[in-house]
Formats: sequence, structure tokens, C-alpha cells
Amino acid sequence: MKYDLVVVGGGPAGLAAALKAHQEGLEDILIIERDTVLGGILNQCIHNGFGVHKFKEELTGPEYSQKYIDKILNTNIQVQTDTMVLHVTKEKELHVISASQGYQVIYAKAVVLAMGCRERTRGAINIPGTRPAGVFTAGTAQRFINLEGYMPGKNVVILGSGDIGLIMARRMTLEGAKVNCVLELMPYSNGLTRNIVQCLDDYNIPLKLSHSVVKIHGKNRLEGVTIAQVDKQLKPISETEIYIPCDTLLLSIGLIPENELTRECGIELDIRTKGATVDQNRETSITGIFSCGNVLHVHDLVDYVSEEGEIAAIGAVNYIKSNKKSKKEFAYTVPMEGISYIVPQKINIGDQDKTNIYLRVNKVYEQCVISGYINNSKIYTKKYTKLTPGEMVSFNIDKGKLSLSEQDQIKFKIEEE
Amino acid sequence: MVDVAIIGAGVVGCSIARELSKYSITVSVIEKDSDVSNGTSKANSGIVHGGYDSKFGTLKGSLCVQGNSMFKDLNDQLHFGFNKCGSFVLAFSSDDMVELHHLYENGKKNGIKNLEIVDREFVLKKEPNINQEVVGALYCADAGVISPWEYAIAMAENAALNGVSFLLNNKVTSIAKKENHFTIQTDKNTINTRYIINCAGLYSDEISNMVGVNRFKIRPRKGEYILFDKEYSGLTNSILFQTPNNGSKGVLVTPTYHGNMMIGPNAEYICDKEDTSTTSQGLATLQHKVQKTLKSIDYSKAITQFSGLRAATDTYDFIIEESQVKQFINVGAIDSPGLTSSPAIAVMVSKLLLNAGLKLKKDHTFNPNLTPIIKVNELNIHDKNKLIKKDPRYGRVICRCESMTQGEIVEALHRPIPATTLDAVKRRARAGAGRCQGGFCSPRVMEIINEELDLPVLDINKSEDKSNILIDKTKKSMEVHL
Ligand SMILES: Cc1cc2nc3c(=O)[nH]c(=O)nc-3n(C[C@H](O)[C@H](O)[C@H](O)COP(=O)(O)OP(=O)(O)OC[C@H]3O[C@@H](n4cnc5c(N)ncnc54)[C@H](O)[C@@H]3O)c2cc1C
Ligand SMILES: Cc1cc2nc3c(=O)[nH]c(=O)nc-3n(C[C@H](O)[C@H](O)[C@H](O)COP(=O)(O)OP(=O)(O)OC[C@H]3O[C@@H](n4cnc5c(N)ncnc54)[C@H](O)[C@@H]3O)c2cc1C
Repeated sequence: MKYDLVVVGGGPAGLAAALKAHQEGLEDILIIERDTVLGGILNQCIHNGFGVHKFKEELTGPEYSQKYIDKILNTNIQVQTDTMVLHVTKEKELHVISASQGYQVIYAKAVVLAMGCRERTRGAINIPGTRPAGVFTAGTAQRFINLEGYMPGKNVVILGSGDIGLIMARRMTLEGAKVNCVLELMPYSNGLTRNIVQCLDDYNIPLKLSHSVVKIHGKNRLEGVTIAQVDKQLKPISETEIYIPCDTLLLSIGLIPENELTRECGIELDIRTKGATVDQNRETSITGIFSCGNVLHVHDLVDYVSEEGEIAAIGAVNYIKSNKKSKKEFAYTVPMEGISYIVPQKINIGDQDKTNIYLRVNKVYEQCVISGYINNSKIYTKKYTKLTPGEMVSFNIDKGKLSLSEQDQIKFKIEEE
Repeated sequence: MVDVAIIGAGVVGCSIARELSKYSITVSVIEKDSDVSNGTSKANSGIVHGGYDSKFGTLKGSLCVQGNSMFKDLNDQLHFGFNKCGSFVLAFSSDDMVELHHLYENGKKNGIKNLEIVDREFVLKKEPNINQEVVGALYCADAGVISPWEYAIAMAENAALNGVSFLLNNKVTSIAKKENHFTIQTDKNTINTRYIINCAGLYSDEISNMVGVNRFKIRPRKGEYILFDKEYSGLTNSILFQTPNNGSKGVLVTPTYHGNMMIGPNAEYICDKEDTSTTSQGLATLQHKVQKTLKSIDYSKAITQFSGLRAATDTYDFIIEESQVKQFINVGAIDSPGLTSSPAIAVMVSKLLLNAGLKLKKDHTFNPNLTPIIKVNELNIHDKNKLIKKDPRYGRVICRCESMTQGEIVEALHRPIPATTLDAVKRRARAGAGRCQGGFCSPRVMEIINEELDLPVLDINKSEDKSNILIDKTKKSMEVHL
């Protein structure tokens, strides 16, 4: 089986990529999704707040993705759900398995990787104690409540103030559970400010910054957790330990881009984003393979996910249409003081003018500027009243104006105003 | 009345059950938990040891080497998976080298064939990523790794198919000695038996006490572990021990049978036989000590931490004997290398039974082979497609981390010792054993359990009774159902 473009993952990134590629005139497009339905993680996000930038209205997750799905179903884009991609090769062969078609090898001219991310688990942060039932990642609990109709518990502690944790604090409260508190290791929350207000403050749920769970108790079902304040080095202060009885611990401690396929394929990864290293077209180190959405770097707003899907689609379409395999020349973006990562990591200087930059800062900054330098000369600057690690910063730079040459480094940093 | 009742379904009880199923006798295994291999046998290093460090002249010394030599055939018959990856005891000083020679001599006396002292180059060629300060090692090509619970389950299933009955969820509470038999009382049943084999692990002392034999006391000794994402697989290839010194064994690094890197264990005496919690001190100790072998490890790549309890005694050897109470056989204090020794222990126990007067006539219907759960991953494309065509459930991936299909999970629910809990499914079909630790697949696995076993979703346990995953329906879904 052969396609021009195969999109791996039918979440918002993959949907936007497929639709855009179609709009750009590509004919032979296949979306492969392992779930039985399209929509990705949005299917379980039944709360409001999606699409404020893109559609200028507040939609629920399913409403947002349905806008794309409806359009896609009106095109000749092929969709194969309930199908898992097992391997992607450098030669752009995709090995997939499904109940209906068995094991197939699919050949593509270009591939867009849009596999999304998974949640970090208890293991990744080494919480000692017993291993009872009742410890869930927030997304799993969200799935149980919103999609399966079951309550994972009634007396809850939430560790991590990422958006999913905040949203679940409200959701569990509305379902009649008691949410004791939300604990956050850092001295600031990683969640969106609007979520802190709407999900915690409005329900009088305390947010304890600089706190963590230091022990899990209970043999069969969770019975309680010991929590403690942490010092500047994030080490628990034992005098501050308190025991909170609870039957449920939700973890909202970060998302990890789901890059097993990418890594196995031999695509270069960025240790900062844990996603592929890409240029401004979201092309990876293997030509013709593109990456976008949460698999590339974790986004907080789905609007940017869709936007990035479209960028990758245009890249893929141009790749398929142009036969020239000329050598590419790159300049690089470099995160300096205050910046935790930048996407894209490199800029193909033989290509289009506008480059969209996404970056995140490493802590909370107020009244600051983000500046970009090439060889000590300032090429970009913008003022911000407040920047937090939880809210991605996005802006464009005009490559034409920069006259970038090969191997140039554009260094971005946070400066005082 | 049965001929033999085996108390405890860890690797030892399951091995004995399988060995005894070769004879025309009636055997029952009594286990307090909801699954076999749910105690120490599920939380250990999973190593089939060479047998050089168990002291010559002890039961451990001889049974470990014997046991090791039996694993290849057992795996050919039962297909639980055995990776003979070899082991190194790494030396980092001349003192260490002296100690290695002691181990070597001891190993030779124990009868190990493939054992040699190797130089730095040999080690680094096989293990290029370890601490370059290594000076030499003791290499044992016969050591390997298994998944301990898959081994125990396979033994139990083969025993079950050959006629052994398993009474799970039955905790032995008392034993009465009658004239020619025993009456075992569990929290649910009464079992009359002519012989008893006590292999109750941490509780083997208490079971022994039930017939008035106060021969030994178990002091639980905890060992903690950290298990890593498969991203780390290939960083090391063999089992890597550190040279023991001053009574301390150091921390080992090993691949698991399924290819995850694992580090551990420490050794702490504790009081509570149920306390399998991990501790911040314990985990910190591992992280500190392992640096000798691997200089830097990224702990954010850890996927789980766990601990197991050794059934230690102050005699430091296994206790395998007919007790003063005739026809009551103690198989106690089976700490490390109990996993390796288990098939040899089983043979030894059958001889003890014979000596104690039980007639062991070969059962000619005994079938030594077990058909394992189909592993879709291991089939070639042609066979995969043939299988999926016949049964599409083998094409639907449920556990994405370990690529386990619906077909494999359904099989796990209908095996000779069927899985009924999430943990039991995980131990048979690996769903939930991967990097997301069931975050993604547990709702789906629960759906499958619900459909296949007709078990209400709210009653599905993680492991033991009252470890239910969900506690209620949501308000909305209740409205729908009203
Ligand atoms: C709980 C939660 C709450 C959020 N709340 C908000 C909010 O309020 N407002 C907002 O704007 N944004 C929110 N977001 C962010 C936004 O929804 C996500 O950033 C967005 O869904 C990411 O889209 P994606 O397509 O990259 O990934 P996903 O939505 O995760 O989609 C990836 C898809 O790829 C499929 N896939 C993965 N691997 C394979 C494979 N090997 N084979 C086949 N298919 C595969 C997956 O099944 C999945 O369907 C939230 C996110 C989460 C997780
Ligand atoms: C940290 C650690 C690392 C180890 N590493 C290795 C290794 O690498 N290689 C190796 O060879 N060995 C190793 N061992 C040793 C090995 O794990 C044990 O020797 C082996 O698992 C013991 O098996 P068992 O069947 O005797 O005990 P268990 O697995 O504990 O089984 C005993 C069973 O008895 C049941 N039971 C108890 N009381 C009752 C009752 N009243 N009624 C009914 N049932 C009851 C329990 O529920 C349990 O299932 C290690 C041990 C530990 C702790």
C-alpha cells in the first residue's frame, strides 16, 4: 500500500496536518489512529476552554476536534482507526497492526508524526511507600470519569499543578469527592492561571506550593499520604511532614512526548523537549519525516497544536512536490539564560521567510524582555509583563531581515527590562 | 483426603507441585493470596545464579548449582522465557580480586563448570558502558535471567493440567495432627491430607509452629529495586554484581528477562512481614552504591520501584527436612538463591516424601509440556496475519507500551490458573508492566475482564481483596442507569 502522506496519530495535531495537506492539494493522505475514534486526548477533555485563539470561542475538547473531523470526513482523506503503528523506518515504511487488516507495511512519500504524549508516572519521581490501588495519573482518572462513568475515589490528594491536575480537582469536586489539596513541588504552578482561578480558587481547594508527597501508605487500597514542604533544593523538610488520610492520589506531574517510534527510527531527539529536533517546517533529521503537536514538545493550548500541525503539513507537501534533494543549510536557535527550550531547533536558511518560534521559560519572570542575538548583535526583542513556564511563548521572526548564514546561532535569552 | 497438601504457592510450592504431578498421587496447593507467585517470588532479582557464592557444603551450595542446570530443559518444556545472559562479579581493586579468587574456588567446589576469572578487556568488551575503573571480574556464562512469576505460573499451570488442584484465596489458620493424617483449616475450607509440605515463605516458621515444631524463626530482610524504561535496555547486557566486601554484597545491575534495566537490592532487616514498601533511604542507598558499576543514571527514566522480603534465618541455610512431626515436611528459610534452587528443591522434596513412606508411582499420563500464551510480537508477519485472520483480537493492541493485544489478554483470563485481577493480567500478558504502568491500558483491560469473566467493573481488584480500582459510578452515569 502506498500513500503520498501518512499521518501517525489522529489527535488535533494529526487532524490539522491531514486537513491542511489536503487543502494544499495533496490527494493521497492516510491518517492512522490506534484508538477506535479520532480526536486524541481531546475526547476526554469535556471541559470548556479549547479554541479561544483559533476559533475565537470556547469549545469543549470533543467540540474542537469535531470541527476538524467533520471537515476531514468530507474529503477523500483515508482514515484507519483501531490501528497501531509499530515501526516507522528511515525509508518511510510504516509497520502497522489492526484487527481488521492484520499486519501491514505501508509506504509513504512523507510522514507526519503526531503521536501526542503520555503522562509521567509515580516511578519517574521515585515516591517511596507501598503500591496500593488508588494512585492514578490525572489523565487516567479523567478517562475513567469522563468516558467510562466511574469514580476512582472520593477523598483525594492531587500532586502536581499541571493543567490536567487542576481540571481534575474541579471535576472530582463536582462529582462529590473531597479534594483535600493540590501539591506543587515548585514555588509556582505549571498550570494556566485561568485554570488555577476557575478550578481551585472557585472551589476553595488549597494549592500548596513547594510541597510534595514523600510517602504512600496502604496495603490494598490507598489509605493516606505523607506530605512535606520542600526546601530550595526541592528536598523534603522532615519537620514539616504531615499525614493526610485519602483513598486517591492523582498525579499531574508532567507529560512526556511519546517518541518511541521516533527514537527507533533513528531520528535525532532534543533532550530538552524530549521530541525530535526540527527545522521551521517541523522536518526532523530524516528528510520527509515531520513531527508536530505534543509529540514534538508539550503544548498547553490546543490552538498551537493545530497551528503546528498545519506548519508540518505545508512542509510535507512542499517536500513531496519538490523533487530537488539539494543539501540543506541550517542556522540554529540556542536557548540561553532563562529559556528552557526552543522549537524549531534549527532554521533551514534556503527556505521561506517567516519562522514561527515557540519557547518556554524556566521559571516565573515579571516585567522582562525576550531578546535574540546573532553574534552579539540584537536581532529581536519583545517585552512581557509576566512569563511562566506553564504558558508557551510564541512569536515570529522574519528570516529575510536576518540574513542568516549557515551555522549561525540565534541565541535567545530573558533580560531585565 | 489428599495425599499431599502444599502450603504456599511461591516458586517453591509451584515447583514442588509440578514435580509431584509426575506421580500418581493427589496433591493440593493452598495459597492465601488471589494468585500464585504473589509473595517474595514476584519481587526479587530474577536471576538464575551460577552458584559460586553459596558456601560449599550447604544446601544452598548444592541445590543452586543443580537448579541452574535444570532451567534450560524446563524452559524448553514450559516456555516461561530464560535468557542465559551470563554474569560478572566486577572487581575494582586488588582486594576485590582476592575475593574473586575465593568465590572462584568456592564455585569450583560447588561443581560449576563455566566459571572463569577474566581481565578488564574481556569485561569492557562485553560491557563497554560500565565504570572504566573495573580491573577484572569473575565471569559465569551459565547465569541468566527469568521472569520469576512467569516461571512460577508456568510451573503451576503445568501442575494444574497434570491434576494438581490449587486452592487460592485460602489462608491456613490452623493444622490439627490426627493419627494418620492432618486436618488443615483455612479461612474458607477444611482439607484433610496425609502429608504436608510447608513452603509458606515468610510465614513458614508460623506454619511450622502450628504443628508444634519451633525449629526456626524467619526474620524478614527487605530488598528494594528500581526498574527502568526500555530506553535503557542495551546499556548493560549481563548481570553485573559488585565484589562483596565486609559482609556487604553491593548493588547489582541486571537486564530483566523482558529487557528493562533493573538495579537493586539493598538488605535491611525489618519486623513486619507485610511491609513491602519502598523507603527513601533504601532508594537513596541504591542510587549511591550503583555508581560503582554505572557512573550516571537518569532516574527520571525509572518506571517503578518495589521491594521484596527475604525469608532469612540466623542459620543462613535452607531448611528442607521432615520435621519431628512425621509426614510434615518443612521447606523454610528459602531466601536467595531460592528461585534458582526451586526445581532442585522440588526433586529433593519428592525424595523426602519417598523416605517418609509415600509411594511415588510414575503417572504415565504426565505431560511435561505447556502451551504458552501466544506472543504476537514474536511471530513472523505471515504467522501474525494467519492468526489475526482467524482471531482478529490478536490484531488489536491494548497495552501500547509492551504491544500486548486483546487476544493475549483474553488468553490470560482463561489459563489453567486464570488471571482475575489487573496485577495477575500484568504478570501473564504484561499489560501495565511497561513505561506508562497501566495508565493507558488499565481502563481497557478492566473492560475485557468485565466482559470475559462477567465481573462487575467496580469489583475488579488491582491484586488482593479490597484493592479495587474504582469505587463508584459517577453522578451522571447513575442518572443514565436510573
Ligand atoms: C487532560 C488534558 C487537558 C487539556 N486541557 C486543555 C485546555 O483546556 N485547553 C487547551 O487548549 N488545551 C488543553 N490541552 C492540550 C491539548 O489538548 C493537547 O495539547 C492536544 O490534544 C495535543 O494534541 P496532539 O494531537 O499532539 O496529541 P493527542 O491529542 O495526544 O493525539 C495523539 C494521537 O496519536 C495517537 N497515537 C499515538 N501513537 C500512535 C501509534 N503508534 N499508532 C497510532 N496512533 C497513535 C493517539 O492515540 C492519539 O489519538 C489539554 C491536554 C490534556 C492532556
Ligand atoms: C530481594 C530479593 C532478591 C532475590 N533474588 C533472587 C535471585 O536473583 N535469584 C534467586 O535464585 N533467588 C532470589 N531471591 C530468593 C527468592 O526470591 C526466594 O527464595 C523465593 O522466591 C522463595 O519462594 P517461596 O515459594 O519459598 O516463597 P514465597 O514466594 O514467599 O511463597 C510463599 C507463599 O506462601 C503463601 N503463604 C504464606 N502464609 C500462608 C498461609 N498461612 N496460608 C496459605 N498460604 C500462605 C504466601 O502467600 C506466598 O505466596 C531473592 C529474594 C529477595 C527477597
